[in-house]
Amino acid sequence: MSEATANDVMKDVKKSNNQSLGAMLLKSLPDACKKFDPRTMWHNPVMFIVWVGAAFLTLVGIFEIFAPELRQGEPIQFTWIIAVCLWATVLFANLAEAVAEGRGKAQADALRKTRTTTPARLVVGYDAANDPDVRGPEKGEGPTTIQEVPSSDLKLGDVVVVSAGELIPGDGDIISGIASVDESAITGESAPVIRESGGDRSAVTGGTRVLSDRIVVRITQKPGESFVDKMIALVEGANRQKTPNEIALDVLLSSLTIIFLIVVLCLNGQASAVGASVSLTVLLALLVCLIPTTIGALLSAIGIAGMDRLVQRNVLATSGRAIEAAGDVTTLLLDKTGTITYGNRQASNFHPLPGIDQDEMVKASALSSLADSTPEGQSIVALANQQGFHVAEVPGATPVAFTAETRMSGLDLPDGTRIRKGATSAVEAWVEKESGHPMEQAVNDAMHDRVRAVSNAGGTPLVVARQDANGKVTVMGVVQLKDVVKKGLRERFDDLRKMGIRTVMVTGDNPLTAAAIAKEAGVDDFIAEAKPEDKLAYIKAEQAKGQLVAMTGDGTNDAPALAQSDVGVAMNSGTSAAKEAGNMVDLDSDPTKLIDIVAIGKQLLITRGALTTFSIANDIAKYFAIIPAMFMEQFPGLGVLNIMGLHSSLSAVLSAVIFNAIIIVLLIPLALKGVKYRAESGEKILGRNLKIYGLGGIIAPFVGIWIIDLFVRLIPGF
Amino acid sequence: MVYLFAILTLAFVALVLAAIYKPLGDYMYNVFNTDKDLAFERWIYAIIGCDPKKGQTWRAYLRGVLGFSLLSVLVLYLLQRVQAWLPWSLGLPNVKGPLAFNTAASFVTNTNWQSYSPEQTLGYTVQFAGLAVQNFVSAAVGIAVAIALVRGFAWRKSETIGNFWVDLTRCTMRILLPISVVMGIILIALGVAQNFAGVVDVNTIAGGSQKIMQGPVASQEVIKELGTNGGGFFNANSSHPYEDPNLWTCIIETLLMLAIPVSLTRTFGRMVGSAKQGYALLGAMVVLFAISFFAVVSFESFSDDPITRLTGGSMEGKEVRFGTVLSGIFSTTSTSTSTGAVASMHDSYTALGGMMYLFNMMLGEVSPGGVGAGLYGILVMAVVAVFIAGLMVGRTPEYLGKKIGPREMKMASLYFLVMPVIVIVGVSLSYLLPFARQSIVNTSLNNSGNHGFTEVVYAFVSAANNNGSAFAGLTADTPWLDTMLGLAVLLGRFVPILLVLALAGSLAKQDAVPVTAGTMRTDNKLFVGLLVFVIFIISALTFFPTLALGPLAEGLVA
Repeated sequence: MSEATANDVMKDVKKSNNQSLGAMLLKSLPDACKKFDPRTMWHNPVMFIVWVGAAFLTLVGIFEIFAPELRQGEPIQFTWIIAVCLWATVLFANLAEAVAEGRGKAQADALRKTRTTTPARLVVGYDAANDPDVRGPEKGEGPTTIQEVPSSDLKLGDVVVVSAGELIPGDGDIISGIASVDESAITGESAPVIRESGGDRSAVTGGTRVLSDRIVVRITQKPGESFVDKMIALVEGANRQKTPNEIALDVLLSSLTIIFLIVVLCLNGQASAVGASVSLTVLLALLVCLIPTTIGALLSAIGIAGMDRLVQRNVLATSGRAIEAAGDVTTLLLDKTGTITYGNRQASNFHPLPGIDQDEMVKASALSSLADSTPEGQSIVALANQQGFHVAEVPGATPVAFTAETRMSGLDLPDGTRIRKGATSAVEAWVEKESGHPMEQAVNDAMHDRVRAVSNAGGTPLVVARQDANGKVTVMGVVQLKDVVKKGLRERFDDLRKMGIRTVMVTGDNPLTAAAIAKEAGVDDFIAEAKPEDKLAYIKAEQAKGQLVAMTGDGTNDAPALAQSDVGVAMNSGTSAAKEAGNMVDLDSDPTKLIDIVAIGKQLLITRGALTTFSIANDIAKYFAIIPAMFMEQFPGLGVLNIMGLHSSLSAVLSAVIFNAIIIVLLIPLALKGVKYRAESGEKILGRNLKIYGLGGIIAPFVGIWIIDLFVRLIPGF
Repeated sequence: MVYLFAILTLAFVALVLAAIYKPLGDYMYNVFNTDKDLAFERWIYAIIGCDPKKGQTWRAYLRGVLGFSLLSVLVLYLLQRVQAWLPWSLGLPNVKGPLAFNTAASFVTNTNWQSYSPEQTLGYTVQFAGLAVQNFVSAAVGIAVAIALVRGFAWRKSETIGNFWVDLTRCTMRILLPISVVMGIILIALGVAQNFAGVVDVNTIAGGSQKIMQGPVASQEVIKELGTNGGGFFNANSSHPYEDPNLWTCIIETLLMLAIPVSLTRTFGRMVGSAKQGYALLGAMVVLFAISFFAVVSFESFSDDPITRLTGGSMEGKEVRFGTVLSGIFSTTSTSTSTGAVASMHDSYTALGGMMYLFNMMLGEVSPGGVGAGLYGILVMAVVAVFIAGLMVGRTPEYLGKKIGPREMKMASLYFLVMPVIVIVGVSLSYLLPFARQSIVNTSLNNSGNHGFTEVVYAFVSAANNNGSAFAGLTADTPWLDTMLGLAVLLGRFVPILLVLALAGSLAKQDAVPVTAGTMRTDNKLFVGLLVFVIFIISALTFFPTLALGPLAEGLVA
């Protein structure tokens, strides 16, 4: 199966998520039915009780056919209808889980198709000195030999060579070579990416295809534990473990279940004190209505859907725990470049030195940048254009490219004029070398004044100098390059602050520049001239204060910080060391996503809490339906509690049970989509959710049961 | 008019409490947080071989509580069993086994359920050396456990939660004893009896003769209320004129019951570094208390029967000197704290009025609850409330900077399970087991039907909550009820304490999460409302069927 096909499947998956609720439920029906197995049900204590109740009531119904005296005056269909309703409650719970899992399953299938076994060319006894990439091992030269093995046999540390057109047999780091790789199979992004040895883009993923060139890869996975394997397991929820939060909620729900179980078991004992008794059918109906079935039914669907929402955004979390931790994060470390600012800087101003004509300086700057294809260079030309200087290319001119050594670029004109622009110290050195004497003090001061001014304003200074045809060297001025802060970020950071999250910008810039950009972007703090150790130290300091820290990273030297942070999002383009250290991987390698991840984590927790509140609040109305129904005949005074004016005892009980089942189905979309989340203070969020799910949870069932009763009373015998 | 008087009474009580809130709360804060030991305290530590500077893990603390309580039960049991041979026994015989066990369990657990009539059962020595001592130390145990839980919230990364022996000693010596002495003198001045006159024979106006017991009442009366004990010197408890002669003693006794439970929220606030957190808990307590109080007053004053309409209040079982309002505030206080003292007979209230007292206890006694027990009770409910609501804020729930994880939830959930399970299982066993049913229906109950059922429920609720008040009308000194209620009292006291101390231990180990804008605030009105709602809904949902079969079926008219 080719990646293209896999990609199509992925698109199908995303399409299928937009299906109507009915279609979704229908499709998941077979899977839901499989979950009736008591060994599966056992894992969900609340629903297991319902399952046992339904089975028991079915038996009671069978016995009642032969022994009508068991019915205690209730019509025979009553027990049967209630039994069916209880089975339906279990089915709806299973459906909720199946629908949630179904989405993941389709994604897993798509991924699985990429995991076909491919032949791998294993380099036996790899030695950097005898790099096959250099020596051409196919010819059988040198001490290394190539063996063809199936990719499934590759072990950790094996070295393979992959050429254009071949599938990479396993996860690894490129140790030699550079190649363009099509990673659409896992990212869904069709544009090829460059992967090369030695940098932060050295990691390759098994199942992706090399499009050009040839690379040597050291395998970094154990057999069966590849990245794709992990992804499949994750989206399928195969070894989904309950998060601490889910466990704590389970404890609460189990306690409520136990308490209601005891209430119901002991009800006839208490009722016997006053000569009343309640039939088995009504008791079971009461039990199922009281135990928190709504949240019990939807709990695992909420968890799976949360994971799924991350996957939809091309983020893979290694555990559900990581998503919850994201909700708890209080400090975000954001890299400046790419996250806060666009990757490239843009010219924003020309500052000529005293005595230099502004026009001259702009023209010189534009000229020197004409052949410069970097975004910075282009922006200088564009800015000059804006100011009315349209410089044409000079025929015969030689562009001087930027090198790491000279740290300058420029242009040599045919008449012997040379223009250079670059870092202050580099241009200064060039000027002194070309002119043969130190710079004049006045010029030097003027230059440094402007350089400092630009730095203070958060810009990057580029000094422009020109050497005439007759050898005279002049410092023309300083071009101000500005970091461009992404649009809308300030508002997002304000939102984060409302949510109680501090943002910290990490940058290699000097403190002055960093402070200026931090101010412009609206972050709370910054780390300037940051080295990876600084990040690590900062995270540790924050954590010592009790903060939970999230960060993104891609390089190998980010690995310690990623591992130390509470939520570490590794870029998929990064090294496998980084991916291993983080607890999430962003397939799109988009660091801005960190903010979305936090929102998804919060949304997951909110959904869980909202539905729990709703579920518990529902019980009030159910009591008001069932208690009068149970004892009204004997104690007419309790009729006062029948505030819904339900038709009869039987219709009241049945209506409550039907409501209890239907509400699960109605809430499946909410469980999957998650409760609406806005960036606000905890106070506001709580207030709103309490109103909707607490107050709503009290009122909704009164209305719902009343409406259902209007129909139920039409059933003969009720 | 009745409401105006009710409002004025509540306002007066509230005002006095407001005046002592800070001084008493701060004083208790200092008692538990100072490093200084007084000379006589050092002698005590030396005698029991305890190093007051050494903290205890929660397990060691628990061992202290259990060991001390077990020893107390044994001593109290023995004292009763050998009463006949003790001095100042007023010629009373040895107490029988089941009753001695029931009484010992009841007083050690701060319940003070009395299956017996004190005047006819216990002499001065047992009352003084046995019961009065327990009135002090059982109250101190409750406060110590509450302080240990608060330390769990306040301390960071700590393996220990304080020293039980130090807490016990300081609480008894520095808080309970001094207040008791001062207030005892005031009560004597206001007419509460205090002598060793024994039984006096008097000829009544009607020409009959009556034996009237007297004794050191005032000295017991203060700690009975202050320590939310409730065990009366007389069977009639605070409706007896020697215990509670007039309006002012009635109000003072009400205030004594509320003083420590209310002020402990201040102590709590100080210890966790924010007085506002204490106000929030206090707010929830006040709301629950006020609702219950006004409900009682309205049920008792406006019940729809001819006599009430004529007399302006349902006065059966109430002292004329107290009326519906004072009886109402005394009994609401007594059942909302774990005191269980009575100044009126709860059994004689209207069905719905009596239900409010039952319901005060069913809430788990958190409004404001017994000394210490009320604070740790409401803190556990706060943990549950924070957990449910905290999720809705989108963060792992945390209370006072401590995360509420699976372990914390386990302790909190089990805590709120204990009392209802004891009550519901106990009541239904009483009717399901043939011999128990026989004992209940034939011996214990004079009333049949819903009211009789309510009496049995009340007994179990009172025992499981360590309240000790009786609905009356129930003969509890039967082997079945003595044993079951004795068990209920022990389980209802020590299982929650075990869970609370375990919770304290796991909280103390945690580091604190700093407060941010995203944190759910637990010191504002929204949280107070939420807490009230959670406390209400958990007990309402658990006990609705029971209440429906008892007071609701009796009191509601279609």
